[in-house]
Amino acid sequence: MTSAPALVGAPAAPAARPPEAGFAAFVRRARARGELVVQPRMGFGSPALMRAGLRATRDAEATTVGTLTLDSYTRVGDLAAARGAAADGSDLNGYPLVTAAAHDTRWMLGGLAGPDFPVQVRHGSAVPQDIFRALVRAGLDATEGGPVSYCLPYGRVPLSTSLSNWTDSCLILAPLREQGREPHLETFGGCMLGQLCPPSQLVAISVLEALFFTRLGVRSVSASYAQQTSPEQDREAVAALRRLCTELLPRDSVDWHIVIYAYMGVFPGTVGGARALLRSAAELATLTGAERLIVKTVVESRRIPTIAENADALELAARSAENVRGAAKALGARVDDAPTAAPATDADSQVYQEAAALVEAVLNLDADLGRALAHAFRCGYLDIPYCLHPDNAGRARSYLDTAGRLQWAELGSLPLRHLVRARSAAPVTSGELLTALGYVQRTFDSMADDDPAGGSHDATAQGEPR
Amino acid sequence: MRGVTTETPPGALPERTKPLVLISTVASDAHTWNLVFLQLLVEELGHPVVNLGPCVPEELLAQACREHRPDLLVMSSVNGHGFRDGLSAIRHLRAQPDLDPFPAAIGGKLSTSDSDDPERVRELVEAGFDAVFMDGSAAVSTFRRFLASVERPTGVHPPQHRQWTVPLSGKAAP
Repeated sequence: MTSAPALVGAPAAPAARPPEAGFAAFVRRARARGELVVQPRMGFGSPALMRAGLRATRDAEATTVGTLTLDSYTRVGDLAAARGAAADGSDLNGYPLVTAAAHDTRWMLGGLAGPDFPVQVRHGSAVPQDIFRALVRAGLDATEGGPVSYCLPYGRVPLSTSLSNWTDSCLILAPLREQGREPHLETFGGCMLGQLCPPSQLVAISVLEALFFTRLGVRSVSASYAQQTSPEQDREAVAALRRLCTELLPRDSVDWHIVIYAYMGVFPGTVGGARALLRSAAELATLTGAERLIVKTVVESRRIPTIAENADALELAARSAENVRGAAKALGARVDDAPTAAPATDADSQVYQEAAALVEAVLNLDADLGRALAHAFRCGYLDIPYCLHPDNAGRARSYLDTAGRLQWAELGSLPLRHLVRARSAAPVTSGELLTALGYVQRTFDSMADDDPAGGSHDATAQGEPR
Repeated sequence: MRGVTTETPPGALPERTKPLVLISTVASDAHTWNLVFLQLLVEELGHPVVNLGPCVPEELLAQACREHRPDLLVMSSVNGHGFRDGLSAIRHLRAQPDLDPFPAAIGGKLSTSDSDDPERVRELVEAGFDAVFMDGSAAVSTFRRFLASVERPTGVHPPQHRQWTVPLSGKAAP
């Protein structure tokens, strides 16, 4: 990759005071009011539908930020296909921000996107420079992803190329500060592959990507974590994420918050099960003091949700968060109210120890974080179970234990041998994989008392970028 | 897990006891659990597998077919672009003069809606897919039977195309 000095150097001089406009400022104000910010993952090809979706998000009975999810042609940089599909009327699975006419995008966002309703661009690209330039042109300044999380799980771009592309992209975004705007970048590292990655590695990659962004001059970041299979392990993970961010992100110059993703794996097929799973995501966010939650809808197991289904999910999540907060306070339980509050979970949990060991091992590989990340995957210090990318070592494996916690079946070269005893090697079969992939679906469907939401349940569908 | 689990010596076709299965997806589809599952399933049934991983451009797919000479191509897509991209991919593949026709199947969640569209299934078959597996509870068992039906390789790709179109109910077999 191109060696960016900014990746080695200390962060820029402390910000005098974070601006009051922008994505993070909105989240900060909501936090001060004790409200969880909820956000959909919505994207439509047509400007009219996209505008209707943003409007419905803004108008939902919840504290919301908007989402502009891009289509998958734009994600992989096939701009000709994005133009072609838009021209011949095919359904695009997201908004083609790079190829859309500027006046369409202006009209789509006009009167909606602003300080009281920030809109984040979600894309899934390992080659995001055009997307970053397009979102800046459109007057937006919040997006997400990461050099690892938008490379290894989803595409064919070599990791070294992605690291270089993401370096360039951060350098496109960071200078917006000079215009009085505060660009915001969220890590996707807490969501690797959506499911079956042990939480400690999700936390480690999320923290490392946040560090990557801040070393390139982005001063407003959020660190993600996706709900997994065990509520207890998830709370440990979010506490570990918060502690590592506190320990490692520059205190004076960087503004950060935590974003939780509602479960991204195979979703329950019953309405009751899907709603219960979303409620438990809202509970996780509330009990861990996370500032923002990205929701899923009751139809996730089958298809891309409609605008109304998205709005319904936002309102359900907001109500659930409110209920959890109220109940917890009534019981005198601790709810983390501020990012500075100590985590309400065991700080030296297994998840924290593993995540800290992974982060430390990577940071010690090279003073340049980009090179360190590339090296880490080469030597298996980071190794994503079941990831097919050629730059992933592919020797680590995970399994679900009887308590529903994600554990390591095989460590490969992960520097965790002093902390973890991996399961003795019996190869994970297709049946075991399918059982694990469907664990959350079965658990929540079995608690629901209603009929299936209809249609079949795709056991291989997942909540990844389109 | 590496995408390619079967090493092919350069310039030589490997000795095969069971048909070689090439697993792929369409160019715009980033999903991989479907591909990981299919690889494990097909391997457990004794087949050597080459897994191309996510986001496979049409030219790479054709190149992989030339290189590995698969006895069966299995494409899986769940991002909603499967009809459009699958159609384009199979047309591209069938138009390659140096690739003899060999069995090809596609399955998954092929459109952005959950409504039936038998017309588009027929389009895929007419363009060159021998089987179309729609998302459904019977898809895996139907797929196993399809796999078992693929001819033992004789060094020449089996020329016959049998139609295994699985209706949207996921229940019917040929």
